[in-house]
Amino acid sequence: MRARGSADVAAGEVILSVEDVSLAFGGVRALTDVSFDIRMGEIRAIIGPNGAGKTSMLNVINGFYHPQRGRITFQGRARTRMRPYEAARGGIARTFQNVALFRGMSALDNIMAGRTLAMHANLVFQLVRFGPALNEEVAHRRRVEEIIDFLEIPHIRKVPVGRLPYGLQKRVELGRALAMEPQLLLLDEPMAGMNLEEKEDMSRFILDVNNIFGTTIALIEHDMGVVMDLSDRVVVLEYGRKIADGTPDQIKTDQKVIDAYLGVAH
Amino acid sequence: MFYREAGQFKTSYAADEALFPILQDRIGIGVILAIAFVVIPVFGDAFLLNAVMIPFLIFSLAAIGLNILIGYTGLLSLGTGGFMGVGAYACYKLTTVFPDVNVLVWVVASGFFSAGVGLAFGLPSLRIKGFYLAVATLAAQFFLSWCFIRVPWLYNYNVSGAIEVPLRTLFGVPVTGATATPLTRYLIVLTIVVLMTLAASNLVRGRIGRMFMAVRDMDIAAELVGIRLLPTKLLAFAVSSFYCGVAGAMMVFLWYGGAEADVFNVNQSFFVLFMVIIGGLGSLLGSYLGAALIFILPILLRTIPPKFGLSIHAATVEHLSFMIVGALIIFFLIVEPAGLARLWQLAKQKLRVWPFPY
Amino acid sequence: MDILYKIFLDPFVQMGAAPDLLVQTLWDGLVAGVLYALIALGFVLIFKASGVFNFAQGIMVVFAALTLVGLYEHGVPAFLALALTIAVMYGLAFAVERVVLRPLINQPDIILFMATFGLTYFLIGLGELVFGGDPKVMISDQLLLPRGAYEIKVFGGFVQLQKIDIAAAVIASVMVLALGVFFQKTRIGRALRAVADSHKAALSVGISLEYIWVVVWFAAGIVALATGIMWGARSNVSFALEIIALKALPVLILGGFTSIPGAIVGGVIIGVGEKIGEFYWGPLLGSGIETWLAYVIALIFLLFRPQGLFGERIIERI
Repeated sequence: MRARGSADVAAGEVILSVEDVSLAFGGVRALTDVSFDIRMGEIRAIIGPNGAGKTSMLNVINGFYHPQRGRITFQGRARTRMRPYEAARGGIARTFQNVALFRGMSALDNIMAGRTLAMHANLVFQLVRFGPALNEEVAHRRRVEEIIDFLEIPHIRKVPVGRLPYGLQKRVELGRALAMEPQLLLLDEPMAGMNLEEKEDMSRFILDVNNIFGTTIALIEHDMGVVMDLSDRVVVLEYGRKIADGTPDQIKTDQKVIDAYLGVAH
Repeated sequence: MFYREAGQFKTSYAADEALFPILQDRIGIGVILAIAFVVIPVFGDAFLLNAVMIPFLIFSLAAIGLNILIGYTGLLSLGTGGFMGVGAYACYKLTTVFPDVNVLVWVVASGFFSAGVGLAFGLPSLRIKGFYLAVATLAAQFFLSWCFIRVPWLYNYNVSGAIEVPLRTLFGVPVTGATATPLTRYLIVLTIVVLMTLAASNLVRGRIGRMFMAVRDMDIAAELVGIRLLPTKLLAFAVSSFYCGVAGAMMVFLWYGGAEADVFNVNQSFFVLFMVIIGGLGSLLGSYLGAALIFILPILLRTIPPKFGLSIHAATVEHLSFMIVGALIIFFLIVEPAGLARLWQLAKQKLRVWPFPY
Repeated sequence: MDILYKIFLDPFVQMGAAPDLLVQTLWDGLVAGVLYALIALGFVLIFKASGVFNFAQGIMVVFAALTLVGLYEHGVPAFLALALTIAVMYGLAFAVERVVLRPLINQPDIILFMATFGLTYFLIGLGELVFGGDPKVMISDQLLLPRGAYEIKVFGGFVQLQKIDIAAAVIASVMVLALGVFFQKTRIGRALRAVADSHKAALSVGISLEYIWVVVWFAAGIVALATGIMWGARSNVSFALEIIALKALPVLILGGFTSIPGAIVGGVIIGVGEKIGEFYWGPLLGSGIETWLAYVIALIFLLFRPQGLFGERIIERI
C-alpha cells in the first residue's frame, strides 16, 4: 500500500523531537512528561482516548501553547517558546479539528492565503498591482491551481468556504496547509465527520502528500483502520502521558493500549 | 439574458484576476465613468456639483477608508472623524507654511500625517480586541477633537478657531478658495477619488487584502499561515487613516472652503460608520452605495416634497433623516446584514438568469 | 525640570494648600461618578441579560426625561406624568423587542450592537421631532426632589453638598441593591443570566426570550428614567446628554460589562478621576480635558487588563 516500507523510514533522521514536555492549564494537566520523536518523511499517528492531550500536543508543536516544562527541537533547533507564525515560517503547517478556514473568502483565496509567506511584493506594488504584484500573483496562482487539481476541487474554487459541505472544507484546509509547502504537516483529525468514501479520498491525499511531496506528517486520528493503514509509527497518549510508542502492529497488541481504549475493571 | 457570463472564457490567470472580468461589468463601469467625467460636467449645474457630487465622492472615499479597517480587517473604529480632521489640518498647515508647493501635493501628502496618527492609535489593537478597540478609537476621536479646538497652532492662531482655505491654483486655474469654480473642484475630487479607489481595489484583491481578511475572519488561523497580527493591523490602520485623511483634506479644501473647530467630531465618525454598515462591510462598491444613500437622502427629503406641494421645515428634514437612517440601519441588519452591496449582487444574480426566475 | 515640577508636584501642593477645595472636587467627582454609574447600570442590565451592548441607553435617558417633562408641559400632573412615562418606557421596551431584537435572534453580537446604533439615531430623530430640540427644565420640585445644599465645615473651609446629589446617590444605591438581589435570587434573574450566556441554550430549556427581553429593556428603561430625572435636575435636559452617555463606556471598561457593583465602582473612579484631573492638571494642558480623559484612563487600563477590572480572563480554546 505504500511506496516505502516502514523500515526505511524508521531509519531516517529526526525532524522533530519532543522532550519531557509538560503542559497545564491552571489545575488541569494536559500533558505530563511526554517524549517522542518524528522522523523525516514518515507518517506519525498520535492516538488516544478523548481528553488524552493529543490536540494540546499539536498546539504545543505549533506554538499556540507554551509548555511549562520540556523542550521541542525542530530541524535541529530548540523552539519551545515560539509564536505560531514563527512555526509557520519554520515550515510547520497545521489543520484543525473544527475547520479553521477564513469564512469570508473563497476556497481559492483561502489556499492563496497559504502562499502569504512566499509572496513579497510590497505595499506600493500592491497598490499599483500592474507589474511585479500581478506577476507574483499569477505565478503563485499557478502553484495553487496545482494543489486544487491535486485535491480534486476545481469546481468549487470560487465558492465562499462557508457554503461548502464539511468534507470539502476539510479538503480546502488541507490545500491551504499544502500551499505553505511545509516540512512538517500536522493534521488534527482529518477524517472527522467523513463517510467511508470521503475517508478513502482523504487517505489517498495524505499518502500522496507523503509520497510525492515527501512531507513529514503527524496526524491525530480516531479511526483505527486509518491509523493502522496509513502510519509508519504510532504514539499513544492517555490522560496526558505517553503509554506506548511503536509501529502499528506493535501498538495493536500492546496491553496498555487495549486497556486505555476499552477500560479496565478496578 | 443580458448578464450572461457563458461564453466568456479566460485563458490566463491574469485575465481571471482582472478587476472586471465580465464584459457587461466593463461596459457598465465605462458608462459610469463616462457619465462622471463627461455628462455631469457638461449638463450638471453648480448645485448638483457643489451640494451633491463633490461631498458624495468625498464621503465615499472616507467610507472606503473606514471599510478597509472595519469591513476588510474587522477592526471596529469610531475615530474616523478625527483622522479626517488630521488630514484637513495637516494640509492647512502645510499649505500655509509652504504656499508655493502645489496644494494637491499637500492634499495627498496630508494622508501620510493621518496615517501616522492612525498608526499610533492603532497600537493598542495588539492587546485589545473587538468591541474594546472601538473604545480606544473613541479616545483617539475625543482627543483629536479637543486638539482641533485647543491647539491654536493648528488653525494659525485664528481668533475664531476656524480655518479658511486660501486661494491656490493649478496651472493658473484656481482650485481652492472662493474663486475656484465647482466644476474645477469636482473634476479634481473625481480624479483623486477614482485613482484612490482603483488603488484600494488593487490592494484588497492581492496578498495584503487577503492578510486583512484573514485577520478579520480568524486571527488564530491567520497566525497559522504565517501572518503577523500586529504589523497587519497597523498597516490596516495606516492605510485606512490615509484614505480618511485625504478625504478630510478634500472636504475642507475642495468642498467647504474652510472649517470650524467642531467639524471633525464624533458625529462625523458615526456618519461614515453608517455609510459603511448600510453600504456593506467589506465592499468597495458598498462604500459608494452607502455614502449615496445616507448623503443623498436628506437632499431628497428636502427637494422632493415641495414638488408635491408639501413643504417640510429644514429642521424637520434633519429629524426625519435621522429617523429614516436609524430605521434603515435596523432594516438592513435584519434583512441583509451585508448591506446594499449584497443586494446589488443578488440583483446581478437575478439578471444572470433573467427572464427565468431561477 | 520645571515641567516635571508642574506635572508631578505642583498639583499635589495645590491639593494640600486648599484641602476644602480638594474635598469639594472629590465630592463633585463622586456625584458625577454616581450619574455615570447609573447610565452604565442600564448598559450592564441589558448586556447581562441579552448579551447586547445597547448603545441607545444614552438616548433612552434623554428620551425618558423629555417624555416626562413634555407630558408635564402639556398639563399632566407631575406624578401622573411619571406613571405615564413609565408606561411609555414599557411600550418602548416592547417595541424594541418586537421590531429590533426578535428578528435578530442568533445573529452575532456585533450585528445587534450596530442595530442599537440605528435605534439611537431613530430615537434622536423622533425625540427632536416630537419634543423639539431646545433644552428643557426638569420638574424636580413637582417630583418632590430636594433643593438647596448643605454646607459643611471641613479643613478650615466649606464644602457644599447639594441635596439633590445626595438624593441621587441614595437612589442609585437602592437601585443597585435591588437589581443585585433581583439577579441573584429570583427565578427571572436566573433566566436573565441564562439568556446572557447563550440564546440557543436558553431557548432549549424553555425560557421565553421575548418575555425576558421585554422585562430587561423595561428595567433598563426605568433606570434610564431615574438617570434622566437626576441628571436633568442638576443641569437641563438636552440632547447633549446623549454624548455624555458615551462616557459610560470607560466606566464599563473599568467595571466590567456584566457587573452591577462594577458599574458603581467604575463610575466613581471615572467621575473622581475626571474631576481631579480636570481641576488640578487641566490648566497645564488647556481646559476641557474632561472630554477625553476618561477614555484615555480606560485605554491605559485596557492595555494592562484587556478584560477590564471585573471581567473574566479570556482564554481562547482552539
